[in-house]
Amino acid sequence: MADKLSKIEKRTAYALILPAILLVFSIILFPIFANIWISFKEVELKDIRIPEPRAKKIIKSIPEDPTKLVIVYKLRNSSLLENITDVKLKDKLPANIEFINIDPRCNFKSRTLLCSFGEWKAKYRENLEFIIYNVNGNSIDKKSLKSKKPKLSGKADNILLTTNFTLNNFKKVFFKNDFKDLLLTTFYFTFFGTLGAIIFGVLAAQLVNQKFSGRTFMRSILLFPYVGPVVALAYTWTLLLDPNSGTLNAILIKFQILDQPINLLGQKYLTFQFLGIDLKLRLALTTVIFFEIWRYFPLAFLFVLARLQAIPKDLYEAADVDGAGPLNKFFNITLPQITAIISILFMIRFIWNFNKFEDIFLLTGGASGTRTLPINVYEQGFAISNIGMGSAVSMVIVLILIIFMISYFKLIGKKANEL
Amino acid sequence: MNYKSTLIYLIISTLYLLTLKLVWIILSVLQGLELTNITLETNLILGLSLSLLSILFGNKINLLIKNLGLSLVFTYVFYVINNATPLWFYFGIFSIYFLFLNNIRNYDLKYLNQPHVIEKVTFKYITLFGIVFFSLVILFPFYIMLVTSFKTQASLLMNPLDFSLDFTKDFKEFFKSYIVVFKTYNFSRYILTSTIVSVGTVAITLLFAIPAAYAVARLNFFGKTFLSTSILIIYMFPAIVLVIPLYTIFSQLGLRNSISGLLIVYTATTLPVAIYMLQGYFKSIPKEIEDAALIDGHNWFSIILKIIIPLSLPAIASVALYVFMIAWNEFLFSLMFLDNPKTFTLSRAINYLSGDAETPRQFLMAGSVIVTLPILLIFIYFEKYLVGGLTSGSIKG
Repeated sequence: MADKLSKIEKRTAYALILPAILLVFSIILFPIFANIWISFKEVELKDIRIPEPRAKKIIKSIPEDPTKLVIVYKLRNSSLLENITDVKLKDKLPANIEFINIDPRCNFKSRTLLCSFGEWKAKYRENLEFIIYNVNGNSIDKKSLKSKKPKLSGKADNILLTTNFTLNNFKKVFFKNDFKDLLLTTFYFTFFGTLGAIIFGVLAAQLVNQKFSGRTFMRSILLFPYVGPVVALAYTWTLLLDPNSGTLNAILIKFQILDQPINLLGQKYLTFQFLGIDLKLRLALTTVIFFEIWRYFPLAFLFVLARLQAIPKDLYEAADVDGAGPLNKFFNITLPQITAIISILFMIRFIWNFNKFEDIFLLTGGASGTRTLPINVYEQGFAISNIGMGSAVSMVIVLILIIFMISYFKLIGKKANEL
Repeated sequence: MNYKSTLIYLIISTLYLLTLKLVWIILSVLQGLELTNITLETNLILGLSLSLLSILFGNKINLLIKNLGLSLVFTYVFYVINNATPLWFYFGIFSIYFLFLNNIRNYDLKYLNQPHVIEKVTFKYITLFGIVFFSLVILFPFYIMLVTSFKTQASLLMNPLDFSLDFTKDFKEFFKSYIVVFKTYNFSRYILTSTIVSVGTVAITLLFAIPAAYAVARLNFFGKTFLSTSILIIYMFPAIVLVIPLYTIFSQLGLRNSISGLLIVYTATTLPVAIYMLQGYFKSIPKEIEDAALIDGHNWFSIILKIIIPLSLPAIASVALYVFMIAWNEFLFSLMFLDNPKTFTLSRAINYLSGDAETPRQFLMAGSVIVTLPILLIFIYFEKYLVGGLTSGSIKG
């Protein structure tokens, strides 16, 4: 009895879970393997349309003889690059129709026209004409003749399915693609974006964890940047930071902080002097990082706040009795309590920031020194239309992430053992 | 009297008052005011004397009378020094003084003699600065977005600081950008598409996720642990890696430029996190209820329908809202898959509008308001649920 029940249980479990698994498998796991496959091929955007034979049926009447009609099949190869072999056409015609002249490649049997053409070269075009007549001597119904569409079949190489692989994409990624600069930019963006978001998140959480009027209101608005759609927010910031008519530059000039507007999103470097040394700042990248911090500190805030509210109050009361000041309390009570959540947050945010595409794409499009690896995937795949290269770059991203995750878990794991 | 702490208190509180005033002055300048004769020095002196007077009075007189009186006097002094600007500006200055005095009401000479008082004062002011800073930094862009949508390109290019709104215009003139966006740019269609896609994603995700999460939470089957760990790993896989293969596959299947294609991708990408969130909640439901139902002869499907779903409505609401938010805000896949304006979602439509450099910015911002407002309203109304969803599932971003 119990055995039977567990069998039913298993079967039910599989039935419940299978639809979800199939969907996730086909849309996430399968594409990941497809990505590995494509990254070893030299494929361009224009190659991915499968060449197919096409035919359009046109009926013309002959004025002198209403019992006869002309059928024209406009044939063509949809591809400009690939040949199609073994092309066949099949068309079903209404009853009582006979052909006057029939092409040697075709035959007509039991109301069905069957043609086999053999190979069509790329760009192939032909107009195939027949004259037909009605056996009964009546006029032919044009509508029923037109209602059926001809069926075509043919074999063509799908470039994605062939098995010639090459390492060229990866060679190009590493040696011809400013790889060092790409990697550095991505790391700057990811590291400082993550760090900043966490710092501001902790500050905001510390803030909201105190008692003041309007605290719930504050908690809601702190989440606005994360909840709002990235497109709207990015364009608002672009307008705000615009050098010519942006509000920020106008305010700074009005209050005489700046003499000249600065193009915060369009200028690659800002040179300035500090202690007599010339320093160069990646200006556009810094601006993008600040946008990133602005948009994602709410997440860190949310997690840290949840942790802060779980810290027992008597810890602080005991510290008060001991005469500890606020600074002491923060470093000796609060900080140790939130280090665990901060390190988890750091890893998760690091991974997501490493893959961040939309924010940079919408703000700068990857120009002025903000080209990160995800932006490069898009550029290679869709701007330059080299899908193979794009896939190769995205494989590099996955590889780096896996390395990062493993090393991070080892590091954190060791620390956890020591404690 | 503790001179050191009093001095530090004076400096910090003056800085705080200056910050408040600066924010107000910037906001007033954005209403088209010319506030050129306000100087830093006079404001420093005003601030210092106000904080000093406040602690000297302490709580010797009634708090309300003290605050009102001091604010009135200082607003008048401020008016005498700077002169000639509209009344509402001084009303703001008065409110700032009043708020400031209210913030420092606890401080008097006695308080400043306590131990750790410098740290305490500093912490208090960091909090106050924090409130001003975060409110400004977060709300300002939203404010600009909203106000720009009511202005015209010409007036903004002429004076990028003038955000004053002319409420005397008639209705049609005032909402002109919105009317144009709906009429010539077809935004009603995009709103419909976005709604269909988001609601559809929520419905399909729940349909697939609830049974799967139940199986993971309750039933024993081969490969269960493997499955539940791989859910999270799959979830961490970046969308940018999926874009190229999905693009090629969808092109060959003819699923690009179709709402169903978008629905499939959104559902698949949100399913792992939905399952993860739901199974956590299902595990917290006591198992005895289900056991009783099993003995009564219910099968698993009716258990899910009659027991699990009614009991976990809050969690389902969290998941639904979270998934809705992801689908509504999603941009990457809609950018890659849609290039026919007939199938655009709102985000993609705004991106398309901005691609044309000729599009006046007020239309762009009107579109942005249209896409932002629903999700913010939903967030405010269902904040409890959405925050629940964010904290349990929002490793994503």
